[in-house]
Amino acid sequence: MLRVEEIHKSFDDFKAVNGANLTVEKGELVAVIGPNGSGKTTLFNLITGQLKADQGKVIFNEEDISNLPPYKICKRGIARSFQIANIFPRLTVFRNVQVSVLSQQEKSRKLFYPAEKLAVEETNSILERVGLSGMAGNTAGSLAHGDQRALEIAIALGNKPELLILDEPTAGMSPEETTATIELIKRLADSRELTILFCEHDMEVVFNAAQSIMVLHQGLTIIQGDPDQVRNSSQVQECYLGGAEPC
Amino acid sequence: MFKDTFSLKSLILPGAIFFVLLILPPIIPRFYTYILAVIFVTALVAMSLNMVVGHGGLFQFHHGVFYGVGAYTLALMLTKTSLPIWACFVASPIIAALVGLLIGAFCVRLTRLYFGMLQISLGSLIWAIAFRWYSVTGGSDGIHGIPMPSFIGSSTSSYYFILVVIAICLMILFVIFKSPFGATLQAIRDNPDRCEAIGINVKRHQLIAIVIATFFAGIAGVLFVVVEGSVFPDLLFWVYSLEIFIMCLLGGWFTFAGPILGAAIMVSLRTFVGIYTEYWTLILGIILILLIFFLPEGVWGYVLEKLGSRPKEAIEKGSK
Repeated sequence: MLRVEEIHKSFDDFKAVNGANLTVEKGELVAVIGPNGSGKTTLFNLITGQLKADQGKVIFNEEDISNLPPYKICKRGIARSFQIANIFPRLTVFRNVQVSVLSQQEKSRKLFYPAEKLAVEETNSILERVGLSGMAGNTAGSLAHGDQRALEIAIALGNKPELLILDEPTAGMSPEETTATIELIKRLADSRELTILFCEHDMEVVFNAAQSIMVLHQGLTIIQGDPDQVRNSSQVQECYLGGAEPC
Repeated sequence: MFKDTFSLKSLILPGAIFFVLLILPPIIPRFYTYILAVIFVTALVAMSLNMVVGHGGLFQFHHGVFYGVGAYTLALMLTKTSLPIWACFVASPIIAALVGLLIGAFCVRLTRLYFGMLQISLGSLIWAIAFRWYSVTGGSDGIHGIPMPSFIGSSTSSYYFILVVIAICLMILFVIFKSPFGATLQAIRDNPDRCEAIGINVKRHQLIAIVIATFFAGIAGVLFVVVEGSVFPDLLFWVYSLEIFIMCLLGGWFTFAGPILGAAIMVSLRTFVGIYTEYWTLILGIILILLIFFLPEGVWGYVLEKLGSRPKEAIEKGSK
C-alpha cells in the first residue's frame, strides 16, 4: 500500500532523513521506532507532504505522491495526527471533527446551507468511537491533554483514511491515558479496514501492538520486520537498544 | 437558503431591530437618519472585513481599497457613462470583487504579516491611481455631486434603500458564516496547517473568502455613494483601512455581530465627540488601550462571554 524508497531530507548541513525505506501492507499495524532525533517525525512529514523530499520516492497505492501538497495527499487516503496536539482550539469538539468529515465529503465549499445539518451522524459516530461524545459541545481548547490527543485522532478519522499515520499518539500522556489510547489504536486496527503507521517511544507498547516494526537510526532504516526479527537483530541491539556506537 | 439557516425564533430579535429602524426616520431629526445610514454602511464594510480577519484569520490590512473601488466604480459609471443605473449598481461590487481576486491571488501566497504588508503595498498603488489621476478620478478632490436616481434621491428614501440592502447582506453573510464554508474558514483561522492535513486547499479557500468579502465591501462602497453623493481618495487610504480593522477589534472580531457594534461606536465617537474636539482619536486611543487590557475579545465578545456562550478558559487557550 505504501512504499517509501531511499528518501532523503536535509536541513542545511544536517541530514534528518538519510536513505529511509519503509513498506506498509494493507491492514497492517506498523511502528517506526528510533531514538530522539532519529528522523521519525521528519519521515512522517515527508510521507504526508508537510516537507518536500530532497531525493527518493513515496509510493501510495502505486502512485508517486512525493511532490504533492498535503491536502492532495490527504485526498488520496492518508490522514495523520501530529506529535503536539494539533486541533482547532476555538471550535467545539464536534466542529473539529465535522470540518474534517465535510472535507472528506467534498462539502467544505458549500456556501448556502447550514453546516450544523451536515455530516452529523458521521461526526457523532467518530466521537463515540474515540470516547469524546460526552464532550461534543465543549470548546476544543478547553479539553484535557489526553482528550485533545483523542480528538486529534478523531479529526484524522474524519477523513475516512485508508492509511492513518499517528506521530507519537501517547506523547505526554499519563499511564492510564496511554493504555486507553493504545487500546483505541488496536480497536481501530481491528474493527475497521484501516492500516495504521505510528511511531512511539514506549517499547513495550510497540512490541505488543505492532505487526511490523521499522527501526530508524540517524535518518537511516536499519531493519524492518516483525517484532521478533527486530528484537533479535544484532544491528538493532548494537545501534539502538544498546545505545552503542552508530553503525 | 434562508429558511434552512434561520428559524422563526432566531428572527425575532433582528426582526424587532429592523422594525424599529424602519419606523425611526419620521420620528428622529434628519441628521440622525443620516448618521444611522452612515453606521449601516460602515457596519457592512466592517462585517465584510471581519469575515476574513475574525473568521478567516487573514491579515487583511487594506480592506478599505475594495470599499473605495466599489464607490469609485459607481461614481465613475454614473458620471462618465450612460449605462442603466441598475447595471452601475451591480457592476460596482463585481469590480471590487475582481480587484479582490487579483490582489488576493498574490497575497494568499504569503502568510500572516507578509500577507498584510503585500496587501498594503498593492492597495496603496490603487490609492495612488485614485489620488493622482485627476482627469478621471478627480485626484485629491474626488468626485462630487454624483447624480442619484430619484427613488433614492432624498435622505429618507436612501435610508430605507440602505437599510433593506444591509439587512439582505447581513442575512447572506450570516448564512455564509454558518455554512460549511464558514466553518472551514474558522478552522483555517485556528490552524491552517492542520486544515491542509485534512484535505482542505487552504489558499483557495482563503481566496474565495477574500473575493466574497471584497464583493460585500464593494456593496458598502456603493451605499456610501448613495449616502454621501461623493467619493474621495481617503476611502482608499490605508489609514481608513486601519479604522475598519479597529471596528472589528472593538466590537469583537470572533463574533458575527461585533463589527456592527464597533462601527456604531466609531461613527458615533467621530460624529459626537468630534463636535467638541478634533482630537477625538485620543479618546479612541484610550478606549483601545482599555480594550486590550480588559476586553481582548471586544465589546460583543465580552457580552457573549458573560452570557455564557463562549467559555473564557477556552478563549484564553485558543488565543495562545
